[in-house]
Amino acid sequence: MAAAAPVIEIPAPHDTVAAKIVRAIARGPVHIVLIVLGLAWLVPTIGLFITSILPASVDASSGWWTIFSHPSLATWANYHALFKNAGLVTALKTTAYIAVGNTLLVVVLGAMAGYAFAWLDFPGRDWFFIGVIGLLVVPLQMALIPMFKLYDTFGLFDTWEGIALFHVAFGLPFAIFLLRNFFVGLPKDILESARIDGANEIVIFLRLILPLGLPAIASLAIFQFLWTWNDLLVALTFGQNTTPITVWIAGQLREFGSSIDIIAPASFISLVIPLAVFLAFQRYFVQGLLAGSVK
Amino acid sequence: MTAGGITAEPPLAAAPPPPADQGGRLGRYIVGAFFLAPALFMLGVWMVYPAVYTIIRSFFGPTGFIGHWVAFDNYKTLFTTSNLTTAIKNNAIWVAVVPAMVTAVGLVFAVLTERVRWAVAFKTAVFLPMAISAFATGVTWRIMYQQDPNLGAINALGKTVSGIFSPAGPLQSALPSTPALVPKGGGMILKTPLRPGGVALLGVTGIPPDQVPKSSVQAVTPPSKDGEIVGTVWRDFKPGGGKPGVVEKGELGLGGVTVQLENAAGKVVQSTKSKSDGSFIFSKVSSGTYNAGIGAQTFAKPFAGYAWIGPNLIVPSLLIAYIWIWAGFAMVVIGAGLAAMPRDVLEAARTDGATEWQTFRRVTVPLLAPVLSVVFVTMIINVLKVFDIVYALAPESEYAKANVIALAMYFTAFQGAGDFGVGSAIAVFLFLLVIPVLALNIRRFKREV
Repeated sequence: MAAAAPVIEIPAPHDTVAAKIVRAIARGPVHIVLIVLGLAWLVPTIGLFITSILPASVDASSGWWTIFSHPSLATWANYHALFKNAGLVTALKTTAYIAVGNTLLVVVLGAMAGYAFAWLDFPGRDWFFIGVIGLLVVPLQMALIPMFKLYDTFGLFDTWEGIALFHVAFGLPFAIFLLRNFFVGLPKDILESARIDGANEIVIFLRLILPLGLPAIASLAIFQFLWTWNDLLVALTFGQNTTPITVWIAGQLREFGSSIDIIAPASFISLVIPLAVFLAFQRYFVQGLLAGSVK
Repeated sequence: MTAGGITAEPPLAAAPPPPADQGGRLGRYIVGAFFLAPALFMLGVWMVYPAVYTIIRSFFGPTGFIGHWVAFDNYKTLFTTSNLTTAIKNNAIWVAVVPAMVTAVGLVFAVLTERVRWAVAFKTAVFLPMAISAFATGVTWRIMYQQDPNLGAINALGKTVSGIFSPAGPLQSALPSTPALVPKGGGMILKTPLRPGGVALLGVTGIPPDQVPKSSVQAVTPPSKDGEIVGTVWRDFKPGGGKPGVVEKGELGLGGVTVQLENAAGKVVQSTKSKSDGSFIFSKVSSGTYNAGIGAQTFAKPFAGYAWIGPNLIVPSLLIAYIWIWAGFAMVVIGAGLAAMPRDVLEAARTDGATEWQTFRRVTVPLLAPVLSVVFVTMIINVLKVFDIVYALAPESEYAKANVIALAMYFTAFQGAGDFGVGSAIAVFLFLLVIPVLALNIRRFKREV
């Protein structure tokens, strides 16, 4: 296809059926390898789902693939039971509060700071920004012990707000970094002319930067939402009774075999929302991934 | 943070020159402060203050500051306590294996999907785990890794494969019914030598009723014949006893048993399988003396499954699950690098007669080097901080074997003894490990500005 020598005129590439078949066979191995690998990547998640819709007695005696020979075993009973479980419902609500709350705050604070670093002039601007870059890779383990003590003092221990605020702080370096880099690339003339027209910085920020920066803000919001929805360590440290779904499931892990009818459906519920967000906004997710970070 | 470690090298552009002076110097400061203050407050209270605190705290004992100065004792503990050194060793294995594997797998996937029409479907499948929490992934893989091949998919696959190469024997165990039959090399052999025309009676007992092959029927001894050695392998037992060494009514033949004929030198000259009435025939036996017996494969154990999340395999099992999560990340980032690659360079290489492999090795990979290094460095950082998947996938009983630095820090500080001193030292150690990357980032920024 690509090997045509430039000088020789080749008749319009009109693929005959035979040519198509030959090509398909030639590339057959690649397709087969990809199908096998693709399945290998899907099977664990499918297995989790099927495990979650089988009765505990079946899960204890045979593998989830039994369902292919006995489809009638499938039941929603595990899910019905789970949604009657007050603990799980509360945990889901807590997860939503934490994930949504901290994402909103990170977006607002990150956009403001990103704008300041990109378009405002003040002394030490670059030094502050270098500081932010430095904070990108700081492991959150560095903050667990002191914040544990501080939260205890200020009554933030075991509250969803406390967990959310911790996520805000550790999400901010990436947020500022991502948004600043995006804002810097916005057309300068628009901002300059707005300034000349007498718009103040707050108006410029709200009317120009936020709408223009929407793609980057969307990427950031999706990342932050997924990270915090999926978090385990922070919630494990700062929550006791007020915990998100990951910690709630972790509490059942000790009885893995006998609680599989709780653990499997709860795990699947916990991953449905991130999965939906990811599939709906995949484009922004990939953009954010490539636009980058050093975390 | 679970997925918290996405990294790609950003195209850093220098900030524009300061805007024209407006509202005076003080006004500009106030505006800047207004936009920055909330973020700086969060960073100061939640990151900078705790980092300083933790560094200082790491030089004090488990309970508090005043009167608990211990200098470097916490760090000594870190490098001398066995479960902490295990954590460091394991993390070293993670760093040695995962970044290289993830980058390699991502590169292969990116190249393979480059010219496939349904690449989007494949990429979505491989990328999906990125959206799922490492915790849920741990649960998912714990189901996959179950040891019983009837429960865990991976061992079920292993059972299918091993069933092809070394199938399980028809019996799990049995005992000779008479002293004439003796154990040999995992099977049994009849001590009494036989000549052509002889009859071999291989009676066994000690087989639980549920292990008798279902097809078994009344045992039969075939008639002896010149030039042949015939015989029966049967369950030499019937309700109420029976006479050992004699085929009686009510005793079942054992089918599918591998029977062997050895010559006087102990070499197997013939091998066959018994019928469902237990009978077997070795035909065309030349003169001499022979011993008949039951082959070891009769008692071959069925595949019992590997203990993937047991003490010996837990670390590799974790690595596999983690690579499964992150391969999609590497594939997408490297794929983007591949898409941005100048086509004419590749075409030129091909026109000059380079093979696909040479083009890949000498042109594609060197051109991709910056992207590959970004993926690699990102994975190093992620792997150093790994926590959730170990917590979820390793059973509590295997935490000691599966330990990593982040897990050790959590358990030291917040579980059991609750030692904030050693906990802080572990956190600082982790911080020191990522400092080279931190320095790299800052240098890159300074260069771009």
